Amino acid sequence: MNLARVIGDVVVTRKDENLTGLKLLIIQPLTPEREPAGRTLIAVDSVGAGVGEEVFFVRGKEASFPFYPVEAPVDAGIVGIVDYWTVG
Amino acid sequence: MQIGRVIGTVVSTQKNKKFEGAKLLLVQPLNPDDTPRGTALLAIDGVGAGVNEKVLVVLEGRAAGEALGKKAAPVDAAIVGIIDEIDFNGNL
Repeated sequence: MNLARVIGDVVVTRKDENLTGLKLLIIQPLTPEREPAGRTLIAVDSVGAGVGEEVFFVRGKEASFPFYPVEAPVDAGIVGIVDYWTVG
Repeated sequence: MQIGRVIGTVVSTQKNKKFEGAKLLLVQPLNPDDTPRGTALLAIDGVGAGVNEKVLVVLEGRAAGEALGKKAAPVDAAIVGIIDEIDFNGNL
């Protein structure tokens, strides 16, 4: 998993039927120092995250597990909203 | 698997229910010579690791889910060992 900030959302009307009802958000991965870490990506949300929030997300097929038994065709998913983190 | 050092902890209240009771740690991946490699990641702790410890991290969903002890958990990284010692000849 990685830290990220939600920086936007994506609206898709014509899509795979297993994406129906899912919220897609644009996230910027972050370092623990809150610097951008690599490129932005689109992640499916299962925890009610919103723009501006700091979250953590999972990559890969595991991103679809919160929607089981629906086999959502996703490769990244927000699985928690971060209250805070501490380093050191 | 990768070598990493635990550099911090993460607190999250609103999260997938499979994470309930799990400890989330920030891990900086390391090269064998202890230099940092890439961005720090979040891993579930399966072995009772703490900050500053050098650990063995598995970066794959099924293995990480097993470390957590839950089926179909949306995780992709878990700490599966605390490293005692690395014997490395210094040539990368």
